[in-house]
Amino acid sequence: MALFEISEPGEAPSTLPHRRAAGIDLGTTNSLVATVMEEVAATIGDELGQHLLPSVVRYRADGSPLVGLTNQQFIHDDPLNTISSVKRFMGRGVEDIQTLANKFPYEFVHAERGMPRIKTVAGDFSPVEVSAEILKALKVRVEQTLEGPLDGVVITVPAYFDDAQRQATKDAAHLAGLKVLRFLNEPTAAAIAYGLDQGAEGIHAIYDLGGGTFDISILRFSKGVFEVLATAGDSALGGDDIDRAIAEWLLEQADIGADADHKRLQEVMYHARVAKELLTEQDSVELTIRRPDGTDWHGQMNRAEFAEQIKPIIHRTLAPCKRVLRDAGIELRDICEVVMVGGSTRIPLVREMAGKFFHCEPHVDIDPDKVVAIGAAIQADILAGNKPDNDMLLLDVIPLSLGIETMGDLVEKLIPRNTTIPVTRGQKFTTFKDGQTAMAIHVVQGERELVRDNRSLARFELQGIPPMVAGAAHIQVTFQVDADGLLSVSAKEQSTGVETGIVVKPSYGLSDGEVEKMLRDSLTHASDDVNIRRLREYQVEAERAFNVLQVALNENGEQLLSSVERARIDTALDALQSVRQGKDYLAIKKAMTVLDRVSSEFAERRMNASIHDALTGHKVNEFSE
Amino acid sequence: MGITLTDTAAEHVRGFLKKRGKGSGIRLAVKTSGCSGLAYVLEVFDQVEPEDIVFEDRDVKVIVDPKSLIYLDGTELDFSREGLNEGFKFNNPNVKDACGCGESFNV
Repeated sequence: MALFEISEPGEAPSTLPHRRAAGIDLGTTNSLVATVMEEVAATIGDELGQHLLPSVVRYRADGSPLVGLTNQQFIHDDPLNTISSVKRFMGRGVEDIQTLANKFPYEFVHAERGMPRIKTVAGDFSPVEVSAEILKALKVRVEQTLEGPLDGVVITVPAYFDDAQRQATKDAAHLAGLKVLRFLNEPTAAAIAYGLDQGAEGIHAIYDLGGGTFDISILRFSKGVFEVLATAGDSALGGDDIDRAIAEWLLEQADIGADADHKRLQEVMYHARVAKELLTEQDSVELTIRRPDGTDWHGQMNRAEFAEQIKPIIHRTLAPCKRVLRDAGIELRDICEVVMVGGSTRIPLVREMAGKFFHCEPHVDIDPDKVVAIGAAIQADILAGNKPDNDMLLLDVIPLSLGIETMGDLVEKLIPRNTTIPVTRGQKFTTFKDGQTAMAIHVVQGERELVRDNRSLARFELQGIPPMVAGAAHIQVTFQVDADGLLSVSAKEQSTGVETGIVVKPSYGLSDGEVEKMLRDSLTHASDDVNIRRLREYQVEAERAFNVLQVALNENGEQLLSSVERARIDTALDALQSVRQGKDYLAIKKAMTVLDRVSSEFAERRMNASIHDALTGHKVNEFSE
Repeated sequence: MGITLTDTAAEHVRGFLKKRGKGSGIRLAVKTSGCSGLAYVLEVFDQVEPEDIVFEDRDVKVIVDPKSLIYLDGTELDFSREGLNEGFKFNNPNVKDACGCGESFNV
């Protein structure tokens, strides 16, 4: 007797394997990948523990392109072949990038259909291809961690990305061999990471100050869905501006002219960045800067001085904040929560000024560099079907159960009604007859036990099952209902991998009244349904036993049975044959018991015979190894 | 008839609910499993559906949907220890035969 544990509602163990899913934040400056492991979403680092992957791809004359950190120095040393900020070109035509392109050193080749390509030593590449390289690097990282291929990813895009830009991102994912479960707006991902979709309905502000861009988005969460009410921002405002302001102050303090050589300026920029990072934790920093004449400047910078320098920059974020409120048509007091995203929001003054503007304490607990990727990973985990019946992203529920037809005109339900979508469920089925090479999959909807009392949705056939004895084939049938209510059914034979499937819209042409009637019928007929299921199950079992015995008798009934024994089995078979289509399940059961008794000796002899066959002609020592 | 619990089973359910912090009782159900046969479902519940039938035994609420009740009526839920394992056990008078591991059964 099996022992049971109490499960959470709807989480009773099912046969569906855990799916590998990841969330990807494909950023202008840096990209990240995160996944949910053991209920916790976390970003994944490289072998050196670096989580941020600089969105930089360097093409080489010989060898494959390099992605990430090691390339950053080449932005200056090999600018034509080291592509950064490619996100800015995604889905843009030649005309669109004309003004943008002047700011970058790359040479653009204009192809016929308006898709610009970047000329490098390794050939011409489109922004889509460059992005694909970044995605491939992230894919490798997550697949190593999860020890297997990804089933799907959620990729975040800016809320203002249009269809062309999203399509270009999708193409890049496709090139990288990734299946996109869904695109998620970056601010929405941040809100999900903080669990705002678990809270009450309301309006939230997402303040995203990154390395080079500032975005402010207003989201409304209602009925389980986030809606982007408005976005605003400044595409040339970010942490780099803060570094520059500090560097200028340092140059002034150290009495170094702005005409100092490039290397010296780079060094000062580096000190500025270090000072910025230290001042988020401590009240003042000690600095030493070498002047061009070889002497050193020693000094310190405290938080007040730091704040004074960067205040005008942070102040520039407030104008878009005002604009976005106006565009969204809401008042300041309508905002419930403020979420901070982007590395620059680590600076205490940024938090303070944003908090003061929105009159509330912003969310800062999750690493602002990782928060978007984490939200995407949580979403990916749900979309991949790893959290059945999770009430997160409650978009809709399935009004009627979905299942397939099994032997005996019976329905096997795979997704019970009232399950929230999106959802994925699976179950293993097997063949009924020896040598069966095809299986008909009949998808039905409804609560009743018999196929004919339910609604037929679709039929298809899985062919190419290798011939095996009945019950040996493993066919995984998977039902997946996406967020739009679209049902995809697939059937896969596990040994050969042959697979086929179909997509249907179960809610199509079904009124509320019909749904209600189908539900009521299932309750009024509950007891009939149970009886008929029991009868059908015995009928199916009888047919199976009948077939198995026939095959066995044809094979070696002659040699293993005396005529008396054979006659006894034949009589029992006839008896079963006469009742097995009838309505009396007890009669079928009785006939099967009799058949079982008279044929058990035969079964035993068959077993001995096959063991004998297997051993005959072999020496004992052949088996000893 | 209905559903009953043994003292030890009731004690374990109450302990489970206390530890979980929410939930009003347990749901017993059967679901079809494989090409034939049925399997038990034992879950904590947060919500009672309108058609559910509610039982109460030893201060534990047990809900069963009407279809499952046909297979489960008269069941006593027990908690037992078998070697290293311990867990809940369905003593179901409707069962005619069960598979070897006891996870699926026939009526």
